[in-house]
Formats: sequence, structure tokens, C-alpha cells
Amino acid sequence: MSGYLLRRVGLMLLTLFGISIIIFVLLRLVPGNMVDILFDSAGMVDPAEKTRIAAELGLDKSIPEQYLVWMNGLVHGDLGYSYVSEKPTIEEILPRIPVTGRLALSAIGFAVLLGVPFGVISAVRQNSGVDYGLRVLSLAGLSIPSFWLGLMVLMAFSALTGRLPVYTEAPATVLDAVLLVAVPAMTVGFRSSALIMRLTRSAMLEVLRQDYVRTARAKGAGAGRVNFHHALRNALLPVITVIGLETAFLIGGLIVTETVFNIPGLARFLVESIRNRDYPIVQNLVMLTAFIVVSINFAVDLLYAALDPRIRLGA
Amino acid sequence: MIADPILEVAGLRTVFFTAAGLVRAVEDVSFTLRRGEVLAVVGESGCGKSITALSLMRLVPSPPGRIVAGSVKLEGRDLLAISEAEMRAVRGNLMSMIFQEPMTSLNPVLTVGEQIAETVRLHRDVSKADAWARAVEMLRRVRIPEPAQRAKEYPHQLSGGMRQRAMIAIALACDPKVLIADEPTTALDVTIQAQILDLMLQLQQESGTSVLLITHDLGVVAETAQRVVVMYAGRKIEEASVEDLFARPMHPYTHGLMRSIPHLAAMSGAVAERLQEIPGMVPALSNLPGGCAFAARCGHADAACAAGVPPLEERRPDHYVACWHAGTLV
Amino acid sequence: MPRSIRASGWGHSMAETYGRELRRAGADANSPVRRLVLLLRRYPLGAAGAFILTVFVLAAIFADAITWLDPLRTNAPEKLMVPGGKHWFGSDVMGRDIYSRIVFGARISLAVSLGATTLGSVLGVAVGLASGYLGGTFDLCVQRVMDVLQALPLLVLALVTSAALGPSLTNTVIAIAIPMIPASARVIRSNTLALREAAFIEAAQVQGMSEWRIAIRHILPNTVAPLIVLATAQLGSAILTEASLSFLGLGIPEPAPSWGRMLSESAAEYMRTAPWLVIFPGAAISLMVFGTNLLGDALRDILDPRQRG
Repeated sequence: MSGYLLRRVGLMLLTLFGISIIIFVLLRLVPGNMVDILFDSAGMVDPAEKTRIAAELGLDKSIPEQYLVWMNGLVHGDLGYSYVSEKPTIEEILPRIPVTGRLALSAIGFAVLLGVPFGVISAVRQNSGVDYGLRVLSLAGLSIPSFWLGLMVLMAFSALTGRLPVYTEAPATVLDAVLLVAVPAMTVGFRSSALIMRLTRSAMLEVLRQDYVRTARAKGAGAGRVNFHHALRNALLPVITVIGLETAFLIGGLIVTETVFNIPGLARFLVESIRNRDYPIVQNLVMLTAFIVVSINFAVDLLYAALDPRIRLGA
Repeated sequence: MIADPILEVAGLRTVFFTAAGLVRAVEDVSFTLRRGEVLAVVGESGCGKSITALSLMRLVPSPPGRIVAGSVKLEGRDLLAISEAEMRAVRGNLMSMIFQEPMTSLNPVLTVGEQIAETVRLHRDVSKADAWARAVEMLRRVRIPEPAQRAKEYPHQLSGGMRQRAMIAIALACDPKVLIADEPTTALDVTIQAQILDLMLQLQQESGTSVLLITHDLGVVAETAQRVVVMYAGRKIEEASVEDLFARPMHPYTHGLMRSIPHLAAMSGAVAERLQEIPGMVPALSNLPGGCAFAARCGHADAACAAGVPPLEERRPDHYVACWHAGTLV
Repeated sequence: MPRSIRASGWGHSMAETYGRELRRAGADANSPVRRLVLLLRRYPLGAAGAFILTVFVLAAIFADAITWLDPLRTNAPEKLMVPGGKHWFGSDVMGRDIYSRIVFGARISLAVSLGATTLGSVLGVAVGLASGYLGGTFDLCVQRVMDVLQALPLLVLALVTSAALGPSLTNTVIAIAIPMIPASARVIRSNTLALREAAFIEAAQVQGMSEWRIAIRHILPNTVAPLIVLATAQLGSAILTEASLSFLGLGIPEPAPSWGRMLSESAAEYMRTAPWLVIFPGAAISLMVFGTNLLGDALRDILDPRQRG
């Protein structure tokens, strides 16, 4: 087991290393001189001033050198400075983490609470009207872009109340609080819930065919017990894997949803930084994203092993 | 002395609605299981014997299957007429079932003890601890060593034979009146098969449970059962006591079955003869010919066989057979 | 005793039986039209998906014929017109006709998503075939690279790539295609590994066919079905990704009528006064992706009943 863990952690580090190279190279592919771009808007700038700034930002060094500087900083917790605000990157990123974290967790929670039960219902009532309805609905959920869903929700809200919700850290009313977290979370989570529902359904259909489900019925267990205690416990194993993989998609949803709802989180910050060519922020945010995705995949593997006695105890 | 009946099946008919058409899996099957006896139901795969067993438990997968006619009376109460909730109180309690595949019939994410205790808790008003104690006791009764330890293990940690013992423990945990065993030894190694059969017989004699044994193996029948029902293409075609059936099989199909088994062929004195397979295959149940379903494979078939389904008749005392030529063949 | 014979219909689902029958029918010299009608009737949802996609494809091809206003021409006096009259779907803040922009937008959406899916699949197939067939260190390295590509969310990788390459139609196609490579590469690789052991491949080896010839002549045709299923699923997510990129201002540049960009430009600002700016482009995206998903589900049922869900 410890050998496996070591190998997994090694692979994770290797993956993160690969990402750091790809992201670094991609950002240096951008046509044009970085300093020129940065000072585009400032109008006339003294060439001497430019050279000084370039040196200050470390842009006068060769690209491999720049990479080493970044990596060295990363290892020592020094993420450099934002080109735009000139504040340390870490100060820009840290306060935004809880905003996005809260939204992401609510979204996943919403997706699971909606997706799993409906997936079970759909499977248990296979080929019934309810099943068809849920399947079409879930396909629709996978088809609607979350930013459009967000815009539609905002439109409906403003039509009802005559105003638009503005994000604040301390919402005045309960309704605002619900609106500022729950509505964006549902917008992001809708897609995930559709995916989770579809996977729960197919996993349940697979499990419901198994002999041990028949055994449970032969014992005299009722439908609820058979479906949830016996079948769902087995069907959840593959579903958990997907919930893990789905986080990667969820981040995509966060990016557009934070933009639509004007939520000052990490995801919207990433887009702004890309637009502003604030590369210290971009490369560190992308690394953070990759780190989160890789860690979640790792956690899911461990969870899977913990839940499946065949893996936990060795088959 | 003939013991009184405990399970009476009459006119049972189960069909499947499939893409290939209507499949008559069980067609007008009747038989009686007496108190304390072992009744074997024999036939090739696909002859409807497993569906018969599932029909008795009302576990036929639906859709596509449905029981369309007949009655299944357990101590006089028709199980086909009661509600699903009442039926749940019967399953695993008054009547239980063990299946062919011990490898897949136990839930992989629950411990063996949990799975036995669950049956107890479903039907008896006992505490968790008492149910667990009962589970350990049942594991001891099915001769699993270190039962207290084994109860905490998961199915994948047990061998195939052990798993089938655990299945038996689940089935017998509530002292059922009837045990239906659907090919309980088929998936096991030959040496394990004998152990499991011995165990089942011992437990059956200890508890007085009546057993309906579904099998394709006439050797198993000879060792365990008192009476035999032979099925072919969804119908009962012969019924007799074990001794009578082996001494004088009256249906050509039964006769063919016996000649295809080595030691039975030797027993009946046909040593010099080659072992013979029954030519042809079981017909698809969705596309049965009119008349006797066995006619196409039968050496004695004539125009009468193609014309009509032969009725089940008592040709000798307590020996029933459905064949137009049963009288002339013996 | 013939233990393998079972009562028909028992033990596997009816859909599996159907799928197999249809594929068997495919091997017969049945009239293709009849087979198509049979399939459409058996999979009504898939037929609906195919219909929706066909409508969009026809609209994209004949965009000039079915519109009467230039999607790019601004017309200040006619800005923010309510739907109706000559502006079926209304007009935007610069007086451009929304209906024309939606119809021409289908061109862009289809061009980008088909282009990205094709490019991603071709690259994925090449990588997967090479990886599965050559094995060894090469395979190991390729697998690690695929890990890297999969550790980043599709949209994040596409955003950064798009930003690095600069906004243009071609660059958007590339930015969406790259994150798609790992999925098809993995499918092809695992199928290649399984098929390498198959008897007919050994026969080809005995006949002295070269490795690459075997890979292309024998292995590729046998992996077509799962690839089609995957590509249809990817088509839907390519449409969504293009829309998201353009919505965020990093996809198709102005003034091209991209659905995603139509939603970002001014839609959010004017959504209280001119909701049609929001409703129509989003509905177009959703409908096209919905059609793709319906078709994809049906294709999966037909081509790969094992993955049925």
C-alpha cells in the first residue's frame, strides 16, 4: 500500500511539473515584447525606464532562467508580484480562495443531492415515463451553457424584483445570501447534477442486474432497502470516480458563472488576469487549478479504496 | 405414510415479453411438495425450471416476465394472491431460496455477518446484537470454522464453497418451512459439491425444512431427493418417486437424460452401450412447435406427436407422464 | 448436455438483443434506406437529435439564401428593435439583425466544433495508435503527457492556449482541439492493446504485414465505433467550449457573429430592456448541443451496447 502511495505521489509531482512547463512555455509564446504590451496603454515611456522595469520584473533574463526563478519561488512560497496591482501574487490569490471554494462546494453538494436520487429513480423505473422525462431533462442540463443559464436566472430575478443582485461579502438579507451563493451554485451545479444523474442511472442499472440484488429481494427486503442499501452502495463506487473527474469540468463552469454573477473569486480573476496579461497571476493560478484537480483525483482513488472492501483488503 | 402437502403449485404459467416474441417459460406446471421431503425438479438448461423457482418466490424479473396464471399455496395460502408487502414477509422467512452462483450472489460491500443478520432483522424483532449472534450461530451450523471471525469478513475473502455455505446460512436463518435450492452445487468443484449436498441434507433433516431442489444433474437427484419432476420446454413431462423414475423412466426424454450420464447408464446395465447424447437442442421457447415439444428430438415420434400436446396421465401408481407413446415404450 | 443454450431473451437486456440484431442486419445487403428508417423508428430521441443537427447544418450552408440582412452591417437607427417585422429575433445595440447573426453564427459554431473535434480525434488516433502499438518507453512518455493535458480543465487549457496564440478562428480550433487529444488517444490505445492480442492480427503478422500496415488496415477499422461515440460527445463539448471562450472574449474575435460573443457584448447590460439579446443566442447554443447529445446517446446505444447508460 505505501509503495502504491509513493508511486501515486510521484506521478502527481511529475504531472504538476509537466503542467508548469506547458503553461510557462504557452505564456511565453505570446507574440510581442512583454514590456511593450504592458506599457501600451501608458503612452510614451522612456526606453531607459522600460529596461529598468524589464529588469525589475525579471524579463531581461532568458526563458529557462525565468522558469527557474519561478520554480525556485514556488518551492519557497514566493509567487512573485502581479504586473497589474504590483502586489504580491499570494495576497491577490488568498482572499479569493474562500469565495470560490464556497461556490464550488455548494455546487458539488447541489449536484450530488439532485443527481444521485434522480439517477436511482430513473434506473429503478427504467423505460417508464419518469425515466424518459429525467433522461431528457438531464441531457438538457448537459446542453445548456452555464453562463446562459446564469444570464437567464439573472433576467428572471430582475424581472421579478426590478434590481440585480450585487455581490457583497456580508449580504443584507437572507434572500440576498441565498441568491449570492445558492443561485450561482445551482447554475454551476446543474450541469454536474445532470452528469451525475446519468452515471448513477447507468451504474444502478448495471448493479440491479447483479445476483446479489436478487438475493436481497429473496431475503424479503423491500424496494427501498434493496435499491439504497444494497444496490446504491455498489453503484456509488463508479459514481464517486466521476464526481472526482467532474470537478475539472466544474472549474470551467465556475469561470463563466463568476463572470456572469460578478463574483470576485479565483475563476473570474483568472480570466481577468489572462486578459490583462498578468502572467505571474495566470501561471500560479493555473498551477493551483492543476494541483486541485490532481489532488482530488488522488483523494477519489483513496476514497474508492476505502469504500470497496475488495480493494481495501486486497482481492 | 404420505406426509401432508406444504407447498401446492397448480397450473402455474409464466411468460416473458421479449423482442423475439412471447416466451412461455413455464406452461401449466403443477406439483406438490410434501412436508419434510426433498423434491427435485430436473431438466436441461432453458427448460423453465429456474423460472419456476423464481415464480414461486415471485421474483421473476418484471418486465419482461410475468406470472399469468396458476396458484402457489404455502400451507393453504395462495402466494400469488397476496400483496407484495405480505409476500416480503414470506421471502427469507417462510420460504427462502439459494442460487447457483455463490461468487456473485453475495453483496461485495457488506460483510457476511451483516448479510445474514439482515435477514434475521427483516423478519424477527431482535436487537442488532442478537441478530449478529444469530448470524454467527448460523455460520457455525453451516460448518464454517471460526464463525465469529468469518462473520466480519467480506465475500471476496471466502472461497466458493464457503460462500455457498454462507448463502445457506442466510436462507435458513429464519427457519423457513420451504427451501428452494436452484442448482446449489453446479458452480462448485466436484469435491465441494458433495460437501455442500451433505450439509444441505443434514440441515434439512435437523430442521425438517422441505426442499425443492432444482438441478440438471440426475446424479444429485439420486443421492438427495425422494420424488422427481422432469421438465421439458416449460412443461412438466414426468413425475415419480426417485426409485420408480430411475428403474422405469417412461418419457423418452427422461430415458435419454439417463443414458447420457455415465454411472447411471452403468447402473441400468447398459455398460456396453456408448453414452448417448440426446440429439438436437432444446427448442427456443418463443417458437415452440405445435404438439409434443420433444417430438423433433424423439426417436419414437409420429404423426400423433406433431398433432397435439400429450396430456399428463398417471400410467402407473404415482407415476405421471406426458407422452402419447408412454404405454407402448415401457 | 448443452449448457450454453438458454431460453431466449433471458439473461441479457432487450436493448442488447436489438443492438446486436441491428448490427447483424447491417451486415446483410438490406436496403440502406430501410435500415435508416428502422433505426430512426427504434431511436426516436436520436432521430430528433439528427433532425436538429441537420437543420443547423442546412442553415449554416444556405445562410445567404435564408437571410435578408447582412449580419455584420450596423444600422444605428434600427438599434435594439423588438423581435418582429423584418427583424425576426430583434436587433442588437448596433442595429445588427439577430436572426442573421444567429444563422451565420451556426456556420462559425459548426466550423469551430467540427474542426476542433476532427483535429483532436486525428491527433488522438495517431498518438493512441502509436502509443498502443509501439508500447515501451514511448508509450510511458505519451501516457504522462496525456496525464498532464487531462489534469487541466478543458476550458482553462483552452483559455490559456487561446490567449497564447491570439484570437482567431484557426487558433480557437487549435485551442479546443488540444485538450481533446487525451480522451481519443486513451480509447484508441486500450483498444489497440486489446486487439493486438486478437487472432486476426496474429494472422496478419504471420503473413508478414508491416506493423504500421497492420495498425492502419486492421486495428483502426475495429476501433471506429467507440471513436464515433466519443467524437459525438466531444462535438457537444466543443460547441460549448467555443461559446464559453467567445463569451469570455478570448475566442472568435469581433465582428464575426459568434453565439458566445453575442451573449457577452452587451447582452448583460441590456438584458432588462432587450431580453431577446440574451434569449436567442443562448437558445441556439443549447439547442445545437442538445441535438448533438441526443444523437450521441443513440449512437452509443447502437454502436456500443456495453456502455449503455
